[in-house]
Amino acid sequence: MELYEGPLDAKEIFGRWLDEQAASNYGAYIPFVGTIRAEDGIEALSFDIYEPILKAWFDDWQERAAQRGAIVKMAHAIGDVPVHTSSYISAVFSPKRRVALELIDAFVEDFKANAPIWKYDVIDGQRIYAADRSTPMDGAGLLG
Amino acid sequence: MIRVEFLGPIGKKPLEVEAGTLKEVSDLLKQDEALAGWLQKCAVAVNDAMVGDLDTPLKTGDKVTILPPVCGG
Repeated sequence: MELYEGPLDAKEIFGRWLDEQAASNYGAYIPFVGTIRAEDGIEALSFDIYEPILKAWFDDWQERAAQRGAIVKMAHAIGDVPVHTSSYISAVFSPKRRVALELIDAFVEDFKANAPIWKYDVIDGQRIYAADRSTPMDGAGLLG
Repeated sequence: MIRVEFLGPIGKKPLEVEAGTLKEVSDLLKQDEALAGWLQKCAVAVNDAMVGDLDTPLKTGDKVTILPPVCGG
């Protein structure tokens, strides 16, 4: 798991991951890149991350992937990420394509639902919590 | 004392409270008007492990973390 201040260098990260696994005998490599779209007048998105629980979440996914002979990778930005740059990158390597296709879907969807990351729109330099696009985590409401 | 931390957009400084279970923390936080509307949407961790039981026991030095709705990517 890699965390960076500001936008991600997608080409460097994808290329490095590919090089690292070049001799690992994986038949499939499926990368996913999330890019900030220009919409609703935003100049950037901004992110807070709580690293201890994100790491635990990611470690759990590494174990789930390992049970299927695969590995998962991810990188995420902290702070402001301007439109048309990348905030989130993930990838799956697996021996054959079917496992990788299934895992990238499940991994990215669970990331959206349960990774402890908070998103803000940046408009006129102001940081505004993206409440309408945010999802309560599994188990939410315990104290309510 | 139990330390209670509020993450992301809640924008509230940490609290130090006396509590023996998560239920007691819940009862205390419900009295805080600044948290109205948050608690029903937030998940909870104790010492950085997600929890789902109000009877979870707490001891001095434990950390309770309040996690509002997320949106990574």
